[in-house]
Amino acid sequence: MFQKTFAWLDERLGLTTIYNTVLDRKVPKVNWWFTLGSASLFLFVVQGVTGILLSIYYVPSPDHAYDSIQYIMTGVTFGWLIRGIHHWGASLMVIVVFIHMLRTFFYAAYKYPREFTWVTGVVLLLSTLGMGFTGYLLPWNQKAYWATTVGTSIAGTVPFLGQFITRVLRGGADLSAVTLMRFFSAHIWWLPALIGAMIGIHLYMVIKLGISSVPKEED
Amino acid sequence: MPKSHTVTRRDFVGVVTMFIGSAIGAVIGLPAIAYLISPAIKVQKSEDWIPLGPLENIPEGVPTSFSFVRVVENGWERTGNSYGVYVVRNGENVTAFSNICTHLSCRVTWKEDVQDFVCPCHDAHFDIQGKVVSGPPPRPLDTYQAKLEDGNLFIFFKGA
Repeated sequence: MFQKTFAWLDERLGLTTIYNTVLDRKVPKVNWWFTLGSASLFLFVVQGVTGILLSIYYVPSPDHAYDSIQYIMTGVTFGWLIRGIHHWGASLMVIVVFIHMLRTFFYAAYKYPREFTWVTGVVLLLSTLGMGFTGYLLPWNQKAYWATTVGTSIAGTVPFLGQFITRVLRGGADLSAVTLMRFFSAHIWWLPALIGAMIGIHLYMVIKLGISSVPKEED
Repeated sequence: MPKSHTVTRRDFVGVVTMFIGSAIGAVIGLPAIAYLISPAIKVQKSEDWIPLGPLENIPEGVPTSFSFVRVVENGWERTGNSYGVYVVRNGENVTAFSNICTHLSCRVTWKEDVQDFVCPCHDAHFDIQGKVVSGPPPRPLDTYQAKLEDGNLFIFFKGA
């Protein structure tokens, strides 16, 4: 029964072809450092799932943000676990993505023909940092508020345009409900959409070009 | 693939991946279900005995008005709802009427001049025993269960 159903779907969707292309592709003999890309993807999925779960209770408004998170932590069953995974997963994702970049750099895996994979990787690293920056404000506690005050002030040091950029980031002169809402929007819509699209291109090129091997002495 | 008793490296890795994957899925998936349905399952206990003070402070034969507040928690929001009670005392015998009109839930008040509870919405009248004298209400005023403990009066609040 299962085999018949699978065969029916396979004929129409090409599941075996997809499996062979994506997972059964030829790879050179590499080491554990080459697993960091998959680890980053896994963490992105975990952050996505836990983030969607958090959005069930979180309210991005100065009136409710802090209280709604208190409620998640103390009132909702396993709320501490879901938020805990999201919290620690965020830090872990920045670390893993960064080491992934270092591995690519030191193994010179960004060279021809993988330059564009590197470019999308740069966007992915910056977006990941953006996720960390925007997500940090959402608890709307003292640490979040002042960290964002400082973070957005740093943009103010840009010559000529600095003050303008700060105002755009904050949605005004000071941190307010507008700031919280645009950070929230960036955190759950803009950046995930960008990261998702970039991951699509990144993976397509990894599959199309194959992965690089560990550089040898003569390289 | 021919069946053999030796497990290939590929099969082993496949099984281990499936196992770890399922474990990770369960660690997030199962708590996620509890997380989702948690507010529906947690029923807050709203019923309680409300103290109305010493019985001796309540005059006999005249409905005396009391009010108390019950707090309802929805998530992180707390809403205070105020409730009114008229206590009619005859010695040790106490009746506690809800001030909510049984017609459309307006608040009734005791009018000294007509010796009735009067509802302002449709001019309903209830007598001192809570019975409908005139107007549209379908039944007498609701009462709270009352008890005395060490001379103090308590009424039982069942919930909103």
